[in-house]
Amino acid sequence: MSRFAPWAVALFFASVPLWIGDQYFLHILISTGIFIIAAMSLNLLLGYTGQLSLGHVAFFGIGAYTSALVSLGFDVNLLGWTVTLAPKPVWVGLLCGIVLAGLAGWFIGKVSFKVRGAYFVIVTISFAEVVRLVALNWIDLTEGPMALNNIPPLTLWLPWLGETTFWRKTPNYYLILVVGLVAFEVIRRLVQSRLGRSLIALRENEPLAMSVGIDVTRALVVATVISAAIAGAAGGLYAHYIRIVDPDVFLFIYTVTMVIMVVVGGKGTLWGPVVGGLLFGILPDFLRDMAAPEVQWVIYGAVMIVIVFFLPQGIVPAVNAWLRGRGASSRDAAATPGEDRA
Amino acid sequence: MEQFLQHVINAQILGGTYALLGVGLTLIFGIMRVVNFTHGELYTFGAYMLFMLVMPLGMNFFVGLVLAIVLGVILGALIEITLLRPIRGADIDTTMLVMIGAWIAMQNLEQLTWSGVAKSVSAPFPSDPLVIGSVSVGWDRVFVFGTAIFLIVGAHLLIHRTQLGKAMRATFQDRETAALMGVKINRIYTATFALGSGLAAAAGALLAPVFVVYPTMGDMAALKSFAIVILGGLGNFWGAALGGFILAFVEEFGAGYLSSGYRDAMGFVLIIIILIFRPTGIFAQKERIG
Repeated sequence: MSRFAPWAVALFFASVPLWIGDQYFLHILISTGIFIIAAMSLNLLLGYTGQLSLGHVAFFGIGAYTSALVSLGFDVNLLGWTVTLAPKPVWVGLLCGIVLAGLAGWFIGKVSFKVRGAYFVIVTISFAEVVRLVALNWIDLTEGPMALNNIPPLTLWLPWLGETTFWRKTPNYYLILVVGLVAFEVIRRLVQSRLGRSLIALRENEPLAMSVGIDVTRALVVATVISAAIAGAAGGLYAHYIRIVDPDVFLFIYTVTMVIMVVVGGKGTLWGPVVGGLLFGILPDFLRDMAAPEVQWVIYGAVMIVIVFFLPQGIVPAVNAWLRGRGASSRDAAATPGEDRA
Repeated sequence: MEQFLQHVINAQILGGTYALLGVGLTLIFGIMRVVNFTHGELYTFGAYMLFMLVMPLGMNFFVGLVLAIVLGVILGALIEITLLRPIRGADIDTTMLVMIGAWIAMQNLEQLTWSGVAKSVSAPFPSDPLVIGSVSVGWDRVFVFGTAIFLIVGAHLLIHRTQLGKAMRATFQDRETAALMGVKINRIYTATFALGSGLAAAAGALLAPVFVVYPTMGDMAALKSFAIVILGGLGNFWGAALGGFILAFVEEFGAGYLSSGYRDAMGFVLIIIILIFRPTGIFAQKERIG
């Protein structure tokens, strides 16, 4: 994709609420956008460092719960001490969610990058499962299965508009679009930075990367922190948009959804999660009238197998290769070294 | 003291099926280097097959159990031939993604076929429990434990006393050399996956009359099998068997004396601790089977 492609895409999506009046479809696009942000953050780990993190939903959920709890306020009994927090503005909650998710990423990175491959996958699953069980059982704080209700929507001071509360679909849509663009840009810059090159180097050949002086563990931990923080931001936005959070946000199936989006779109490409996310975010809505949710999931599973069999790099690299084969812009590959998976 | 003994007995019973699950998974990982995400679905499949054979078809419980295990073996072989054989030699992440896809598809097919409503299976055991001193235990659980131990010992004998087992161990040690010595690698892989799947189906079928059968029952089973295999060291047969019992003890005593809400969390905390301090598992010097 050329340098202007992100702007063109952003402009296109910015125009969507102008010609789509259907509020329900807008809602689908908003939830899809939230998932795309989460998938982009997963791609940073799965695609660029080559580490299959199957606990990614933990960061999403931590962001959602933290942001919701800070903006609702809580008092909780901690080893005999009562900790009370008065409700804070929503943007403070969002920031806390991002920071806490990032901290969780740091912890998980420190712990789990002692191991690789199958072990790493299992540590990350275990972590997500422990966090889910805490959310389910620490009823004092999280209300457990009763869920956190009436989470306030985001209120921001915006130029020209003044104090704005994001009640309606259209403002929420633009909010997600802006955050998505910021996340995309952060990841793009990161991937093209020195750190990004180290990540790709260690994905391709870890011993070689170490031998040229890359601090592998540090690079991986930094990538995990950033990835977790972005996933936390997505979780926070989700909490204030849907306005209810229950322990089901930690379900493994959501991690799997993110993995499918990244793998089908193309892991290790900037556009992969966007393409895969749009596909698997909007497709279910078209399938909904034709097929029961179980049938949809069977199709998802089958699509995943078929993609791995026949299009192992995903859609975006396949399209890129096809374009290049026709003699079209080969500049793309040079513009984004991360997309080069020889 | 009575409570303590009761917990010990409960943990033993639970440990038998955990060990069965763990041994199946560790064999598959050890020999094939495949992280088998369909393991929990084979467990569910075994339970549903027993349900179908015994409840609607009215078959004898014990015959149904044997048939359910055989069907698990067949399904395992089919999965291996259709999904894993074409991507032989692909990296571990690729096979993991395929297995995740298969797992989602299988689980939702089960949901479509048998709906989300839990099913129960009745078993022909006397309803008064077996009482030993101050502790009591249901006959169905005694049967589960006995059969689990029988199957684990059987799997051990298969690996150590038969020609097929010898070929499996050879493949585990060095795939290329084994192939050069005339071992049919593809056949060994299919046999291994079928064996591991059969053990998972057996665990599911054994627990079906003790608990209830529902489509997502395999998720926790799969996650716990991973925990057990990590405890014992990936690919370590007796490590996995012992790991099953350790996990059962930790859960049973954690739930009994700390907090029952966190019962399922104990295993995962254990995994994280083990991997921090002893990443190759508690027992292994290095990864091996047998």
